[in-house]
Amino acid sequence: MERHVKLSRISRAGSAVLVGALALTLAACGSDDPTGSGSAAPEESAAGDLSGTLDGVGASSQESAMEAWRAGFQSQNPDVTINYDPQGSGAGREQFLAGGAAFAGSDAALKDEELTSSQEVCGPDGAIDIPVYVSPIAVAFNLPGIDSLNLAPATIAGIFSGKITTWNDQAIAADNPDVELPDTAITPVHRLDDSGTTENFTDYLAATAPDVWTWEADGVFPEDISGGESAQGTSGVVQAVQNAEGAVTYADASKVGELATASIKVGEEWVAFSPEAAAATVDASPRVEGRHEHDIAVEIDRTTTESGVYPLVLVSYGIACLNYSDAEQGELVKAFLSYIVSEEGQQAAADAAGSAPLSENIATDAQAAIEAITVG
Amino acid sequence: MTSTVTSPDTEPAAPRPPRRRRTRAADRGVNRVFRWVATGSGVVILAVLAAVAIFLVVQALPAITASSDELGGAVNRFGEGESLLGFTGPLVFGTLLAAALALVLATPVAVGIALFISHYAPRRLASALGYVVDLLAAVPSVVFGLWGFLVLGQNVLKPIWAWLGDVAGWFPLFSGQVSATGKNLATVAVVLAVMILPIITAVCREVFLQTPRLHEEAALALGATRWEVVRTAVLPFGRSGIVSAAMLGLGRALGETMAVLMILSPGFLYSFKILAAGQQQTIAAYIAADFPEASGLGVNTLIATGLALFVITLAVNMFARWIVARRKDFSGAN
Repeated sequence: MERHVKLSRISRAGSAVLVGALALTLAACGSDDPTGSGSAAPEESAAGDLSGTLDGVGASSQESAMEAWRAGFQSQNPDVTINYDPQGSGAGREQFLAGGAAFAGSDAALKDEELTSSQEVCGPDGAIDIPVYVSPIAVAFNLPGIDSLNLAPATIAGIFSGKITTWNDQAIAADNPDVELPDTAITPVHRLDDSGTTENFTDYLAATAPDVWTWEADGVFPEDISGGESAQGTSGVVQAVQNAEGAVTYADASKVGELATASIKVGEEWVAFSPEAAAATVDASPRVEGRHEHDIAVEIDRTTTESGVYPLVLVSYGIACLNYSDAEQGELVKAFLSYIVSEEGQQAAADAAGSAPLSENIATDAQAAIEAITVG
Repeated sequence: MTSTVTSPDTEPAAPRPPRRRRTRAADRGVNRVFRWVATGSGVVILAVLAAVAIFLVVQALPAITASSDELGGAVNRFGEGESLLGFTGPLVFGTLLAAALALVLATPVAVGIALFISHYAPRRLASALGYVVDLLAAVPSVVFGLWGFLVLGQNVLKPIWAWLGDVAGWFPLFSGQVSATGKNLATVAVVLAVMILPIITAVCREVFLQTPRLHEEAALALGATRWEVVRTAVLPFGRSGIVSAAMLGLGRALGETMAVLMILSPGFLYSFKILAAGQQQTIAAYIAADFPEASGLGVNTLIATGLALFVITLAVNMFARWIVARRKDFSGAN
């Protein structure tokens, strides 16, 4: 008797669940349909007559800028879908060279051997690097009452290698005569993950302070520096510094928030980061030699003494073929890259990601390079 | 858990009916379908486990067979001439240390909560408390990670660690420069302990509730106080349950990723300095941190460390099973 009652209760509950699930499914279909047909119908006269899907893979540093570019480009060309998978620079170049992605984003330009192997997917002219994203890296610190400090490269290297341990160290005091420095212990915080920010920061230190910073440029912070505090991602290091007095880190300048930042020594000047100074660095740096005329890989001149430049920058590239056998893909890549380096695209990235818009020179060269991409 | 209690409406005098009846004529229609579904579900879980194991072995193989030079080229963190084993060793050490510390912190508290719920609290409070503990298990680990990083580590535990380093700095565990941000293994252990508390508590509570009424009443009749009842009847009965609960918790602590990733300042050393930054790293957090920029052999290396974690977890679970099985006869349950 009891068993019978139980069974019927179960089946009733089961059917209720089933009905509920069905209703949910139907509701989902119902709400899905109108939006689907809505986006398919051309609501406004499209600015571009492009259509299709474009897949890119690459650096996570470009991710938030890429969001803005995708949104901007897709609103101009409603029939185009751009996908960008921020798997990392290395993975991006690898997949691009294997033909798995139409373009790549990378914090480093193609290496020579990668240029050679690019001929397999791109034809005899190979691939080119186009700078699309320039971002200053700030040295940010947490010292109550102090908004700005002057830090020479050797001092920064000393701090991050653990040789300078208190804020009133002579090396810091000598460059900041007007600031009353506390005797707080310095807590350098670095990125625990493999990142382009770390790579550019260590490259800067290795180039400008080789006596103090004896490590090579690397995406992973040197492990043999003892007592290393570290955190995951840009937001991680910034948060860690925000809550620890005396802590200092390096991070994408647009993400440091309330933290005070340091001016670095360039030549005889002290330069605070700014988008203009960062863009000027790329402008003033020499191109990598022995490449295709339209390849704009820059060798950032970290030791420059030029006035008004901020050489602690991250430059991220868009990598594309010079020839696309698939005409549709080629046109899409050209149009999209052209939008990215345009004034509008660069401004969109600056608003969304706080990057530094490309200087006029570089933007003109980049447009010319994109024009030179052939299709078919 | 409660299903193992014999239901009161079973007639004690009746001879035991044979349990398996699937070859009978009744095995058709819905019955047969249900048997298939149940069998299928059982097979699926085995197949999934096998698939994971095969995936790990196959994907880890290139890293295991590669020379240390090749690995050094693919993985930035590889030192000169370091072998895969030498590389994974500190990670295994860090994983075990973090999980063991969490277990040491969590088990006494969990047993205390479970005893309170099962033997001390008024009934209404007990059920509410049990509900709250279960709720704790539903908090996502990323939230625990954020909380541990932004609030617990920096505001609550940092002064405690500083004090501990001052007072007990001579003790190896507390030696070294105390982390200025609270991002050390000690904070990780506290957060992991909070995370594994619900599961240990839940299992212990169920076990304690099953203490035979007669044992407890016998102890009371002999003049035992409530604490003596717990000590002489409840705890001996529940010992194997506590061990298996702790092992379940250990399994979760070993594999915890997000919380460790967000809290710990990692390092790759065999170091017992749990208050210092940049000393240890766990396998799961290492994989999560380095996968985004890994490619080729780098991914294989990450998966090889994942294989090590899989083996450890498997070993822990088998060990727990063994303890429980060994203890069953002496626990007084029969």
